[in-house]
Amino acid sequence: MRAVARKRRGSQAEAWHPRVYLKHELIGLAGVVERNVYLTRRYIYWDIAFFVWTVANTLTIVFIAKGFEATGGSIDVDRATTTLLIGAVVWAYLGIIFEFLTETVAWERWEGTIEYTFMAPLSRAMHLGGSGVFAVLYGLVRAILLFIVVALFFGLAFEDANFAAALVILVVASVSFFGIGMMTAVLPLISPEKGAQLGFVAQGMLLVVSGVYYPIEVLPGWMQWLAKISPATYALDGIRASILDGASLGSLWHDIWPLLIIGAVCIPLGLAIFNRGEVYAKRHGKLKRSG
Amino acid sequence: MKELSPVPPDALAVEARDLRKEFVRKDRKRGKRRVAALEDVTLEVSRGECVAILGQNGSGKSTLVRLLSTLLLPDGGSARVFGYDVVREDKAVRRLVNRVSVEASFFKKMSPSENLHYAARFYGMTLSETSGKIPEILERVGFPPDRRTEPMENLSRGMQQKVALARALLTSPVLLLLDEPTTGLDPRSKLEVQDFIREMRAMHDSTIVLCTHDLGEAEALAERVGILDRGRLLALEPAEELMARFEAKTLEDAFFAATGRGFEDEEDEMDAEERKVLA
Repeated sequence: MRAVARKRRGSQAEAWHPRVYLKHELIGLAGVVERNVYLTRRYIYWDIAFFVWTVANTLTIVFIAKGFEATGGSIDVDRATTTLLIGAVVWAYLGIIFEFLTETVAWERWEGTIEYTFMAPLSRAMHLGGSGVFAVLYGLVRAILLFIVVALFFGLAFEDANFAAALVILVVASVSFFGIGMMTAVLPLISPEKGAQLGFVAQGMLLVVSGVYYPIEVLPGWMQWLAKISPATYALDGIRASILDGASLGSLWHDIWPLLIIGAVCIPLGLAIFNRGEVYAKRHGKLKRSG
Repeated sequence: MKELSPVPPDALAVEARDLRKEFVRKDRKRGKRRVAALEDVTLEVSRGECVAILGQNGSGKSTLVRLLSTLLLPDGGSARVFGYDVVREDKAVRRLVNRVSVEASFFKKMSPSENLHYAARFYGMTLSETSGKIPEILERVGFPPDRRTEPMENLSRGMQQKVALARALLTSPVLLLLDEPTTGLDPRSKLEVQDFIREMRAMHDSTIVLCTHDLGEAEALAERVGILDRGRLLALEPAEELMARFEAKTLEDAFFAATGRGFEDEEDEMDAEERKVLA
């Protein structure tokens, strides 16, 4: 039996080859996705309830366009309705990305599994990457469903819309959202009690400067400056242009390149911040379950 | 990639030198102060050995386990696992270590099978590897097959602890850290877990560090027994030698002689892990 164990050790030694190492890392990333699929399946009724709440919340926002007309204002109601709908859908999508990434730590701390995850031989990039990949996939499904349900409710027609371009913009923006999400994911690590709530604060701050329901030109000057470095600004602008005006990807380059640059900065920055938070947590004994 | 080297054949399983860990404790009367959870602990564990560490709540047992499993960073001294430094080569250490703690921590809504599949992925195991291995391991730890798909929250503590052992076994750890694995279990479950620990050693050539409250368990399973008191390792030797040194008939008497206190006495200090830690 010991010989069998030693043989297994031998194969463990082979695992140190860089190619096998990369394979292990990707299997670990897939493991996080797999776990979130299990959990989503187990909490499916929560998801349905939350989706209904999101639809209701989106309706209250989108009705503002009709309300404006009903109270004597003069606007293109369909265009205003779509503008608000896109804002609400991006808000909901961003909420899901941040929620999943923040819960990477918060939920595991609550369940008590965090120590087992942090003592596993998986790099933090892959661990968080798994949460990010699932969040993007899950968020896209939820966002598309939300868009369809509310658009059908209002009978919106999108004759000129370029949905493929809108989807590409959302996916490209997701890289930046993921990077910022990593920065917020560190909050429950350094502050177990308040960290998750601070993630919501970050989400709100990001959207308020990004023109979620209004053009950024109405913001005070300092907020407009912040809007320029927020990926949500370019995501909202590009998605609105592609859905409302049928803009092609080529004509949206002015939104795409800032998203690529912000993403290229946010991912390594988010990872570096998370790693520093992890060191802090290990130094001060904050990985242990509380609550 | 130095940190990805295999297990060096001649390295000690555990080698700690003057290992120290402090936590900041908030106290209304005395304000913030640093409390030592471990004070200059030096110990060596050979490959394949089983060492038991005895100590009351708050003696530093869990802190030692967390330091060796890279979950805490030491404030002084050093610790190596099979030659790898737990701070500088933490990833290499993590490949060799697994742990079973007093709390069987799992995603409560997920089933034992799902929890094990998920945990195995972190160690690079594919679906084809785990789909056969997980039922086999669950069977070996005596987990009933008809309950494998139930949520963990529906299972007794003893059953959850069996799943925790299965999780550790699944990754074939070279060093297994057991932090009070039988605390709170009924006598039958306790014996089953102890049998399983013996099996781990026999079949997997694992080195075991067992932190326990149970003197009988320590005597039955370990080649050497250590006494950890208020963060200090007072002794580490075979149980018979320990009893002979303190002229004691039982391990409990030896513990009393070494520490000046009864084994079941609770410390005034809170468990170091439970101390309010401030930023």
